[in-house]
Amino acid sequence: MKIFEMLIPMTIEGLKVTLGVFAVTLIFSLPLAVIVALLRRSKNKLISGITAGYIYVMRGTPLLLQLMFIFFGFHFVPLIGYSFSRFQAIYIAFILNYTAYFAEIFRAGINAIDVGQYEGATVLGMSKSYTFLKIILPQVIKTVVPAVGNEVITLVKDTSLVYILGASDILKAAKSVSNVYSAFSPYIFIAFVYLFIVAVLTKALSMIENKYNYYR
Amino acid sequence: MSVYVDSISKSFDSTKVFENVSFEVNPGEIVCIKGKSGEGKTTLLRCLNNLEQIDGGKIIIDGVDISKEKDYRIIGQMIGMVFQSFNLFPHLSVMENLLIAPMYLKKDNEDKIRLRAMELIKTLEIEGKENMYPYQLSGGQKQRVAIARACMLNPTVLCFDEPTSALDNETTKQIGKVIRRLANEGMAIIIVTHDEAFVDEIGERVLTMKNGNLKEEILKF
Repeated sequence: MKIFEMLIPMTIEGLKVTLGVFAVTLIFSLPLAVIVALLRRSKNKLISGITAGYIYVMRGTPLLLQLMFIFFGFHFVPLIGYSFSRFQAIYIAFILNYTAYFAEIFRAGINAIDVGQYEGATVLGMSKSYTFLKIILPQVIKTVVPAVGNEVITLVKDTSLVYILGASDILKAAKSVSNVYSAFSPYIFIAFVYLFIVAVLTKALSMIENKYNYYR
Repeated sequence: MSVYVDSISKSFDSTKVFENVSFEVNPGEIVCIKGKSGEGKTTLLRCLNNLEQIDGGKIIIDGVDISKEKDYRIIGQMIGMVFQSFNLFPHLSVMENLLIAPMYLKKDNEDKIRLRAMELIKTLEIEGKENMYPYQLSGGQKQRVAIARACMLNPTVLCFDEPTSALDNETTKQIGKVIRRLANEGMAIIIVTHDEAFVDEIGERVLTMKNGNLKEEILKF
């Protein structure tokens, strides 16, 4: 029982980090991903090229490395020499990484919309931006919810990587308690905490999917 | 005269679609353009609606050369299009499909726009379908919604691309009546079709597209 007396408060503190990183990443990366997806589709080769390069780097290197690079690396960049705080680095790395993945999902969703939808809106006198916001985006959201859901669940588990920068999430809490008591049970407890979070998210995602089921 | 098409040409890269095509359509007139598949009938309609840029010539509607006009808000209110596949917005109800463009263009105040929508719903006999979504409608009903949506902006000219391709004989007749009613109200109608029976039934003037040229074929009356 003494284990839990130590584990539960530490888990609650860890949850603030885990859920904080999760929420901040989602809030910023989802809208940014729509913009990046549009830039990636740009007819301007320079813009689409730069965006493709960004996505390649973000998807081609481990998030763990990106965390370290942003936290430690910037210090060594000549002229900049600026160091981000621990949580600044965590948020920036997670947002940049997840924006890249979400952008590719949105791009696929935008590509899947029939060209007739754009033309239908055009002949009715709607501007490109209005067409995108009112006609295209709502349909894109419906098609991308399952794929975005996958990434959202991965994000919950990826938050455990923040330990590399010394932040104390729920997994770090379990590790600390496990070390003190030489016990494995904290890990089992934390596994159930992750499963609980994922269960809530799965339910929420299924509700969002149902919300868009009113049309085909 | 509602539309005056003067010597327009269109090619895709080195492939010529049509050349020096000219015709005019008067208010209340129904003009059918027929021809085999691949003759460029749909491309001609797309050019009229500025969905494709013409290589040369003029498209004058109400005295304005719309081929030079860049603002779709202006073009959309002069010429409308009912697509072969309707292109209804699947996430919007029938009523929302009708309201979205005039509300965006602030064509009138909301009450007047809704009144116009209700009138069109009545004219096109789709009462009771206002809150339904496109997937819940039959082909003929979708066609009527697409026509109503195009009419919401009260364009001078309304174009139809193969309006009967997805319809049975009975529905084709009903759509024919609807189109005639719109013409009677003064709208100029251009219909692209390869449905000979439909052309015989509805066409007041018939133009045939062949080898990139447009020829006047029959004059009824």
